[in-house]
Parts: sequence; C-alpha cells; structure tokens
Amino acid sequence: MIEGILIGLTTALTLQNILMVMLGCFFGTIIGMLPGLGPMTAIALMIPITYGFDPATGLILMAGVYYGAVFGGSTSSILLNAPGVPGTVATSFDGYPMAQQGKAGKALAIAAWSSFAGGTLSAIYLLFMAPSLSKVSLSFRSPDYFALMILGLTAIAAFSSKGQFLKAMMMVVLGLMLASVGQDSLSDITRFTFNNMNLTDGISFVLVVMATFAMSEALTIILKRNDPTSAAKQVSLTELGSIKINKEERTKMYKTIPRSSVIGFLIGVLPGAGATIASFLAYGMERNIVKDEEKEKFGKGSVNGLSAPETANNAACSGSFVPMLTLGIPGSGTTAVMLGALLGFGVQPGPRLYMTNPEIFWSIIMSMYIGMVILLILNLPLIPYIARILAVPKNYLIPLILFFSITGIYVMSFNNFDIYLMIGIAVVATFMRLYDFPMPPLILAFVLGGLMEENLRRSLLLSNGSWEFLWDRALTACILATTILIIMWHIYKTLKKIN
Amino acid sequence: MNINTTKVISLLFFIFSAFYLYTAYQIQVFAFDENAPFNARTFPIYLGYAGLFFSGLKLILPDPNTIKVQHKTLEYKKTAILIVIAIIYGATILKVGYFLTTSLFLFSSYYFLGERRWVLMFLLSFPFVAAFMYLLHGVLDIYLRDPFLQSIGVMG
Repeated sequence: MIEGILIGLTTALTLQNILMVMLGCFFGTIIGMLPGLGPMTAIALMIPITYGFDPATGLILMAGVYYGAVFGGSTSSILLNAPGVPGTVATSFDGYPMAQQGKAGKALAIAAWSSFAGGTLSAIYLLFMAPSLSKVSLSFRSPDYFALMILGLTAIAAFSSKGQFLKAMMMVVLGLMLASVGQDSLSDITRFTFNNMNLTDGISFVLVVMATFAMSEALTIILKRNDPTSAAKQVSLTELGSIKINKEERTKMYKTIPRSSVIGFLIGVLPGAGATIASFLAYGMERNIVKDEEKEKFGKGSVNGLSAPETANNAACSGSFVPMLTLGIPGSGTTAVMLGALLGFGVQPGPRLYMTNPEIFWSIIMSMYIGMVILLILNLPLIPYIARILAVPKNYLIPLILFFSITGIYVMSFNNFDIYLMIGIAVVATFMRLYDFPMPPLILAFVLGGLMEENLRRSLLLSNGSWEFLWDRALTACILATTILIIMWHIYKTLKKIN
Repeated sequence: MNINTTKVISLLFFIFSAFYLYTAYQIQVFAFDENAPFNARTFPIYLGYAGLFFSGLKLILPDPNTIKVQHKTLEYKKTAILIVIAIIYGATILKVGYFLTTSLFLFSSYYFLGERRWVLMFLLSFPFVAAFMYLLHGVLDIYLRDPFLQSIGVMG
C-alpha cells in the first residue's frame, strides 16, 4: 500500500495534475452553485477537455469537478436557500437560518471546514477499504456481478426517483435498450441499427450523457423560464459577517464530524444511495443524538445541524468511488459518467485496476486530499466573489452549455449524424424531465448495459441456460434477496400511498 | 383510469418496447447459435419484456404522484428556436468549419434569447471561440476540422 500511495502522490503532485484539481474544483464550484446544474452536468461538460490528457489526469480533473460541485451547492444553500445540488438540501435547514441571522460568513466557514474534514476522513477510509475490497471482489464470479448490477440499477431507481420507482425502472430499461444498439460484442452481429452505418459502433456514451444532462438541462432552463443565475445576483458581499468559528462551535463540530463522516462514507459506498440520502441521514441522526437544548436549535441555525449534512455529503462523494474503483460498478449517476469516461480512455475499472493501472487508482485517491485542501482555500475567502461572477445572465450561460455539448460530440466523431442524434435524445429527455422521469438511472444502465449482457452471457452459458445460477451461490442469492427486498419495499410504499 | 401525460408517455414506452421486442426477435443469429443458451438476441428479448412489464404496470396502476405541467407558462418558442439553430449548426459545422459556425451559433443564440449588448455578444462568440480553439487545437492537441480556416491559410 505504501508503494501505491507513493505512486499516487507522484502522479497527483505533478504540476499539471495540481492545476487540473484546481481547475476542476473552481469550475465545479461555479456549476454546483447554479440551482439545477449539478455535478453530472459539470463533469459531462468537462469530457471534451479530458480528451487531450492521459486517463489519470482526466479522472483527477473530473474528480475535482465532483467535489467542487458538491461544495458549490452548499454555498447557494446557505446564502440563498437554493440548493445547487440535491445533496445540499439538508445544508439549507440550518445554514440559511444562520445566514439570515447575519452569520453567513460563519455558516460558510462551518460548511467549508466540515466538508474538508468529511472529505479528508472519507478519503482515509477509502485508502484502507478500496484495496481490501478489490481483493475480496476478485472472488466474484459472473453471476455475482450480474446480480450486483441488477441491485445497483434497482437501488438507483429506488433512491433517485422521489417516489416514482416505476418511472425510474422504465428509464433503466431505456438505458439498457440504448446500450444494446450496435454490434454484439461476441458475434459481431449488428442489432437495432436499421442498416444505418453510423449506428454500427453503437451510441456513444458521451453523446448520451451530453444529451440527457448538459443539453437537456439547458433546454429545460429555457423551457421552464428558470434563471439559475438570478439568485446569485442577490448575494451581498457586505452582509457575510465574520468567518471565525469560536471554541464552543469547534467543540460541537469535533463531535459531529467523525460520526457523520462514517455515515456519509458508508451510504456513499451503497449502490444508488449517495450524497442526498447521506446528508439527510446524518442530519436526522445528529438531531437524535444531541442534547435537548441543542435539539431545539435545529432548523434555527444549529452548528451541529449544519456540520452533519455537510460532512456526510462530502464523505459520500468519496464513498461512491469505492464500488466504481473496486468492482467496476458505479454506485451513482456521477460515478457512472466517470466510469464511462474511463472506458473511453481504454481503462477497465474493477478489482484489477489497482494492479494493472496503479497510477490511476492511487492518484485519484491522493488527488482527493489535494482537492479538499484546494476547496478549503477556495471556499473560505473566495466564495462571495465566485458568487458574484455567477451573475452571468442565462442568455449567455445556455448557449455556452449547448456549445460545449456539441463541441464534445464534434471533436469525438466529426459526424453530423451524432449531433442530430444528440439533439433528438436531448429533446426527448427534456420532455421526460418535465414529467419527473429521472435521468441518472438511464445513464447508469447505459454504462452497465454491455457489462451486464456479458456477465449474463457467461452465467447462462456456464449453467447451460438455466437461471439457477441466481441462487446457486450464497453471495449471489444474498445480493438477489436485497434487490427483491428493495422492490417489495417500494411496492408496499406505493400501495400504502394509493390506499 | 385517469389519463394524464405520464400515462401517455407510458403508453408510448409500451409501444416502443413492443417494437423493440419485435425487432429483437428479428435479429439474425448464426445457425449454430440459434439454440444456444445465449445468443445476440437473448438480452434484447429480456429487455423488451422488461420494458413491456414496467410500462404496463405504470399504465395499469393508479398514479399517486400525478405531475401537472402548466403548459401555458412554458417557453416553447425560444426552446424551439434554439433547437433549430442547433440543428443548423450541426448541419453546417463539417462543411463550413468549426470557427465560423460555432461563432455564428453562439451569436445567434444570444440574440434569440433576448440579448442586445452587441459588443459583449461579439466578444463571447468570435474571440471566445478563437481562444477555445487555441486551447483545444493548440494546447491540448485535439484535432479540429475547419475547412474555412484552412482555405484562408489560418489553420494548417
């Protein structure tokens, strides 16, 4: 492990990679602050830039964008009560009341230090957990992987759909259907191409991400007449107040941060869960744990109430890297985008990644520490100024997002068909978004489609066409049972709501 | 059964899944693969049935979270114009070249979204695209096809 850490440090501490973390954090913070534009859009927009880099640098840039976006989201939660990303909704419960009491600077400082501590602690957990889990996952067989992918897709559908489980499952199926277009990986037989040569190689992952996130979000903003930048114009530099945290507040944070970081990390590791659930759980747990006197302050500007979700959402970000790096199965939409980018670089994440590409594996982990430090430096003194930069009118913001999306596809294929296909998918996605059809399950399914078919193929061939492979091994059966539990729980919840 | 737009989308998805399933059955596989436990059409067939199952459930079950969209408040005109501009941009980018089409796309998009600060519009289109091209092509070594700039000798 020491050798790995040194490899990671050597890679992460090159001037180019430090610059990439800084750029990623800065860009991510700006995008994260804009309500409606989350880390997936920010990462998707970065993909064309990463074409010019090696895989480690490209992934470090994207990881920086991810932390930055979550960090930026908390700033708009505190200052404007307008969470930039769902993972920072719980931050606004106590952050915004604190800002209204004239302590916006203090709230930002508590959020920044909590995020820093949460991110750093979870990067330590990741450091120890990822190699061990990689070794364990080497014993996984095709049926286990297949069952795990079903679990991941069901979980993301369950957790990201806000009570719209069936809609999310439809998006999962649609993602898998889109992934099935093109040549079959084993027999090279073309499927669903309708004799169109442009579809022979399948639909590009970048195209689907750009269409369903960047482009569709831009179109949704115009369609709904939203202005994500209007809120930023309200930020007043003079009303932030002091950023100093006193001894009593520090003592409260010392207790909250370790337990919230553990919750955040563990929730982040679970497929489909992530920063939103982690922050709500940490907030709820903190409220139950603290003394009655402090409990009454929750929702009115409690230090514990602000520190807990902020620690947990950053810890969950690092946690979500665990399944991606060790199993090659992303646990969230954001890590699915990063997995797709890695596959684009020709790198196959999974249990062997830390042996075959140690520089990528370890440099991502090491860059997390660097990213956290940079975010701390960036967030504390610069946030009010960054918030002011955001007063760019949407008349400029939207065309620029569309421009980045189309450029991303253009430099990848130099093909008009891909641009038309992207616009077509974006229009459909925009319409579906209006009716709350979630997009992250579609992306995760699209990324996993090929792997899922491959593992099902192997499993069915080994069991001679019998589906018994799903309960032959205890591990596969356990994973399958968890999936069934999630489905049953959702059916129960839906029936309860109907009655 | 309450017919709302979500149900209509589910119905469309049901029809799409049926079409997908039909096409999946039409996939030509090698003769020796026809009766194999797994061939090129196996996974798509399962997907087709899964699509029919979930969209069918959505159609049949009552919708406890009905989404109501206020169509009158939606900005269809500007959205449609942006989509048309993007299609024109996609159609011309290969023939005319990256620099000119991208700059014109940005400039016209700003205009149709209601922007009238001409100097800013110009700065955020032509010089901005030139700088971005330099970053991609010059610094990051990412090839950008541009027949227009090549014809006037600016790009090699």
